[in-house]
This record gives sequence, C-alpha cells and structure tokens, in this order.
Amino acid sequence: MGVFFQDVLGIKLVFNFTGLVVASCFYSLPFMVQPLQSGFEALPKNMLEASYIAGKSKLKTLFFVALPNIKPALMSAIIITFAHTVGEFGVVLMVGGSIPGETKVASVAIYEMVEIMDYTSAHIYSGLMVLMSFVVLLCVYIFNRQESHRLGGIV
Amino acid sequence: MIKIEVEKELLGSLGKMNLHVNLAIEAQSFVALSGQSGSGKTTLLRILAGLEEAKGRIVVEDEVWLDGFKALPPQKRGIGFVFQDYALFPNMSILDNLLFVRQDKALAEELLSMSELLELAHRKPATLSGGQKQRVSLCRAMMNRPKLLLMDEPLSALDPLMRNKLQQEILSLHKTFGTTTIMVSHDPSEMYRLSSRVVVLSQGKVVQDGDAKSVLLRTQGSQKFSFEGELLDVIKVDVIYIAIVAIGQQIVEVVLDASEALDLQVGDRVNIGTKAFAPILQKWEKK
Repeated sequence: MGVFFQDVLGIKLVFNFTGLVVASCFYSLPFMVQPLQSGFEALPKNMLEASYIAGKSKLKTLFFVALPNIKPALMSAIIITFAHTVGEFGVVLMVGGSIPGETKVASVAIYEMVEIMDYTSAHIYSGLMVLMSFVVLLCVYIFNRQESHRLGGIV
Repeated sequence: MIKIEVEKELLGSLGKMNLHVNLAIEAQSFVALSGQSGSGKTTLLRILAGLEEAKGRIVVEDEVWLDGFKALPPQKRGIGFVFQDYALFPNMSILDNLLFVRQDKALAEELLSMSELLELAHRKPATLSGGQKQRVSLCRAMMNRPKLLLMDEPLSALDPLMRNKLQQEILSLHKTFGTTTIMVSHDPSEMYRLSSRVVVLSQGKVVQDGDAKSVLLRTQGSQKFSFEGELLDVIKVDVIYIAIVAIGQQIVEVVLDASEALDLQVGDRVNIGTKAFAPILQKWEKK
C-alpha cells in the first residue's frame, strides 16, 4: 500500500500527518459498517419502493430518500469512528512515530508523560480527553433526539 | 386496456401455491381485488408494479411491461402505488413529497386542495394523522398522472368515519382523472361503493369475477337476508340459549334452542339469516 502511494503518487505515508490520517481511516472505517447497516435495515422497504415507482433511480433514492432518513445512524457512525480514532494508540505510534507538532497525538502524549513520570500533565491531558468525548457524545444525543422526533421515530 | 397473464410460485400458508391470473381490464375502470389473506392479492399488485418478479405477459395500452421473464423496471412503468402504511418520505414536507415525483407545482396544489390539505403543505408527515397521511399518499400516487393506480388496502388502517370520507375522495379523484385503478380491499361496502368490477382470488386463482352486485350480494338459496358473522358467546338462560354474534361492526343477540347450540363453539364463523320476513328499513341518521 505504502509502496504504491510512494511510487505512483509520490506521497510518503510513513512518519507524517497524511500517513497518519490514511492509516486511521483504514483502521476505523470498519466500525462505521455496523451502525450504518442497522440504520439501513430500519428503513421501511415500502418507502424505497415508493421512490422507485415515482421514477427515481436507485442512486437518487439513496441520496434523496435513504440517507436523509438515516441521519441519526449516520451521525452515530461518524462519531463512533471519530472517538475510535481520537483514542487510537497503536497504529498512531507505529505509522506516525511521535514527532512533536506533526504526529504526536494526545494518547501518545499521555503515554510519554507517564513514561517520564510527569503525572500532572498526563492527568490534565486525560481530563481534557474525557471532557471532549463527553461534549461530543452529548451533542450527538441531542441531535439524534431532535432528528428522530422530526422523522417520526422511524430510526 | 390492460392485459394481465402472470404466473408465479408462491409459498402460501398451505405450502407451495401457484399464482396464475389471467385478466383483461378495461381502461378507466375501477377494479376491486378481494380474497382471504395469503391468496396472492398483494403479490399480484406488486407484480403489476414491477416490484416482484414473475413469468408471463403484461400489456398496458400498447406498452409491454412484462414479456416472459423480461420486465420493465418500476421506474419506467408510470404507475401510482398507495401503500397500506402510507410510505411517505419523512424527511420532506408534504408538498416536497409530491414534487419529488414530478416538478409540477400546479398539479400538486390542485391535488392538495382537492383533498383539503393545502394548509398542511409545509408540514412534515410525522405531524399528520393517519387519514391525512393516506390522503397525501394518494395525492403523491396521482402526481405522475399514472396509467394505472394500484392501491394495497389503502383504508384498512383507518377508522370507519375516516374511511368513508376517503372513499368519497378516491371516487372523486377517479372521476376527475379517469385513472384505471386496481384496489385490494376486504370491506364489501367499500368495494360496492367504489368499484365497477370485483375479482376474488383464492389460492392464487380467480374464483369470482363480475360486477360488484353479483359478487357481493348474497342471494343464493331462499335466504334473502343473510349475514356472515363470528360467534362471540353462547349464554344459557333457563331452557334456551342466547348467541352473541358480531356482524361487521355490530353485535346482535340470537335466540337458539339446545339442539342448535350443541355444536356451536365460540369463534365459529356463522351465517345469520331469516326466511319469510320482510326486513324493515328505517332512516336512522341523515347523511
């Protein structure tokens, strides 16, 4: 994969931020499948058929009928993968290394601060991460509540 | 003129069953499709819509919709379909639901004002009542000026009063647009009021086909006044028995003697009839 990118596109993927993003995508994308799948399964089949009968192609039905009606599931999927990526440690350390200002992420920073026994900074970082995930999840729940109310609770 | 000749193997409640229907339907007519559940009515409707595969031939006017296994996709058929559970698009307003089918604002507004929904045009479907939703669904089905309007038990989820009102609306829409219509229904009064022809399916075959009067009126034998009902209860009172029977929305009491009550069980389907009586019909409430 990395060889392909380097030879064909001339992009170096190891030990830089681009590589980090690409690797994280590969690593986290599978976690999007489950919420999206259950979202699509909860869609009434009749609704999609009504769209076909109205003369709309499958692609148009996907974009104008299916996706707008699984917004809560879409949102959950995005947030789950986001949270998963933010807390990621192994992949980040392996692919990105720990270059300050470039590929040093919060989880790696905490690890290093514990290593050098700087517990105060480690705690501050950890606290910030907890706070961030709390705020993000709160926003998702508020959004999903409003959205499913608006859609009449089909999702 | 619509010619239907389809065959399909179905898995019914009694194992495998063959749906084999051969029908010719006049243009601009209103056909009611009836029969017990599992008789293939909905499947036939879905085959006509192109939502289900089948073998055979369907020709509408001069367009071939199905030839052997080669079927025209539902997108190209130009039909309207009304589902029992409305199937509106919850993310769009009422007006957008209609405009999604075809960008024709004049027609959309005409249809909405015909069904007194114009004030609700910018509301979302989730805020509407069942009857209103079904009216929107009907309007949406009419939006692409269909050659064939298919309705799958459109009114069975609604209360009797709403059903009455919507029957009137379906009738006036049918008169205005003259769309050939096939409706699945269980309600004899509904079929009588709306349809010009009633087709009864049983086990995938057409068992009765004729105008509403000859199919629905039960005038066989000497019983001119006969109802089908369900036995709810049998109560013993001294030496006689009283049977409580539900006929449609009504519940009646009938006096039985012991020999008659003997082989009756609660839940039985029964026939109530009178002979040599002239029924008295009185107006109870003005329409």
